[in-house]
Amino acid sequence: MKALCYNGVGDLRTERVPDPTIINPKDAILRVILSSVCGSDLHLLNGYVPTMREGDIIGHEFMGEVVEIGSEVKNLKKGDRVVVCSILGCGECQYCQSTQFSLCDNSNPHAWIPEKAYGDSPAGIFGYSHAFGGYAGSHADYIRVPYADRGCFVIPEGLPDEAAVFASDALPTGFMAADLADIQPGDVVAIWGCGGVGQMAIQSAFLLGASRVIAIDREPDRLRMAKDISGAEVLDFSKVDIQEALREMTGGRGPDRCIDCVGMEAVSEGLDYYYDKTKQFVRLESDRPIVLREAILACRKGGTVSIIGVYGGLVDSIPMGAAMNKALTFRMGQQHGQRYIPRLLEHLQKGELNSGFLLTHKMSLDEGMTGYDLFNKKETMRVVFAP
Amino acid sequence: MANKKQPVSSVLGMGQVEPDTSGSSQINVGNTERIWSVAGGALLATYGLRRGSFSGLVLATLGGFMVYRGASGYCPMNQAVGRNTAEPTAEDKSMDSIEIAKSLTINKPRKEVYAYWRQLENLPRFMFHLSEVRQLDNKRSHWVAKLSDSLLAKTLGTVEWDAEILEEVKNERLVWKSVADARIDNAGEVRFVDAPNGQGTEVHAVIKYRPPAGQLGGAIMKLFNPAFEQMIKQDLRRFKQLLETGEITTIEGQPSGRKSEQQSGKKPVSEHAKVDEKHESAML
Repeated sequence: MKALCYNGVGDLRTERVPDPTIINPKDAILRVILSSVCGSDLHLLNGYVPTMREGDIIGHEFMGEVVEIGSEVKNLKKGDRVVVCSILGCGECQYCQSTQFSLCDNSNPHAWIPEKAYGDSPAGIFGYSHAFGGYAGSHADYIRVPYADRGCFVIPEGLPDEAAVFASDALPTGFMAADLADIQPGDVVAIWGCGGVGQMAIQSAFLLGASRVIAIDREPDRLRMAKDISGAEVLDFSKVDIQEALREMTGGRGPDRCIDCVGMEAVSEGLDYYYDKTKQFVRLESDRPIVLREAILACRKGGTVSIIGVYGGLVDSIPMGAAMNKALTFRMGQQHGQRYIPRLLEHLQKGELNSGFLLTHKMSLDEGMTGYDLFNKKETMRVVFAP
Repeated sequence: MANKKQPVSSVLGMGQVEPDTSGSSQINVGNTERIWSVAGGALLATYGLRRGSFSGLVLATLGGFMVYRGASGYCPMNQAVGRNTAEPTAEDKSMDSIEIAKSLTINKPRKEVYAYWRQLENLPRFMFHLSEVRQLDNKRSHWVAKLSDSLLAKTLGTVEWDAEILEEVKNERLVWKSVADARIDNAGEVRFVDAPNGQGTEVHAVIKYRPPAGQLGGAIMKLFNPAFEQMIKQDLRRFKQLLETGEITTIEGQPSGRKSEQQSGKKPVSEHAKVDEKHESAML
């Protein structure tokens, strides 16, 4: 089959590789129909996630058709059209049983790698480096899905592929960001980052009772979508002082809930960007926590900071004094997609959430590198590959 | 962690049993002979390495063996011909054993976890460094290690031993010790404890072994010990996966763009351990 393989920093190639096969009894094989790029892939591509190996198939946000099932798969049959959670959960360990699927004890066959850096291992993720399991990703004609009963969700009739594919990652991740933020009816929510996850977080925040959502980015197209489609008020951080703007827009209080949908490769217009970029370059810190710092300073006293943008390693100069003395609550984590996906598919079907607009460019696998270049330059919302 | 003096087992109140001293953990080369062996060996090795040719390599290897023999105090040839030039002292005999302690919580009832482990024949299903465990009677069992192609494995040769259960409290604990003349003298204890709040069963394993080849062996084995700790942890993890999900999590056999893997094709489950080890060294 064809697959988009990592070959080094900034180097993706479409290659011929063997077809996947059932390895364990709970596996299924899917024919990939749509597979989206994700902001977190850029961390791999830009070399911020170690343990990538040449030849790894990337991609983790996808939907497709079940073509083969293992002997222990009970809830799926050939021909099912399914969306798959990008993070693997075994469904049986203590964490999965309490619906914290991204903390699964069993789904990372390389648990010993993150254990060294994190003290423990999070779940495996499709196509997301060997530290997260080394699973072959979804930018391919076919993919093996372990624990298929837990990870695959049948897409309701009538819901188009183009909307359903984002129920794999962008939507549940954005929704979890809003869920973690503990939004109370009437809250004002500030969201940094208007990519796929940010857009979904904006809509989810409204769904969970926010009265206003203020979204922050600098890409004109993304700000336009945040405003026109997701319904947020928007701030362009290249044009306004975010701290001042947020303070004034909330009557001097600050937003009740602040959500970081950016993570470790944040940019800013200020000197802090160069400070972090330099430290990152000389390996004194691995992540640029520009958004996190901003969110802590902006958040109202007693508010919540929800972190869904991915961090990988160490950060520097976190205003801990501000966080402590303002009695902030921090909530964070990779998405527990299996907890949210059934409910989100319903919201999509009823039109209460809108995800299809995220797909701005559909391409073939052969255009993989072009697609990621476009995405890396933020010239598109989401490129989706149709193998 | 490993640099701290107090062994973890003492925190847990485990691991009272010490492995016997037999096999190559003995010293059978006398002090004078050891000094000459080290000095001569070092000279040979240096000379051999300088030559750089194949015969140089042979000389270096021979030199290396003499250094090993001298520094360790153990000579397999002495052992083979029953020659022992060592003057036994109390210090030589009381060589410290090396300890590995690992714990994991398994989301299954204690009874079930214990029963699976107590059926010793099950162990190779998740301990990939074992090829076979055979129950000889209720207390005694025969263990065969599966060796990868590592240099260490080649040095040690076939590793088989008999073990004896010294203490058994059903659903709670097992204490065992290898019986005399094991290639690697070892002893251990596994405890099964209810985890709080119905989170299943805590499995605490403490394994102690005497390094083969005496003091030098000890130094080498200490270098390898993190790898062994890793191996035991991986064993426990696979035990957990097997009990909780009924399968062992793996990516072995999946496609990639790596040409070498494409040619070898899919490998049987029993080969996983090997490949994993290679990944480990490649990744770290």
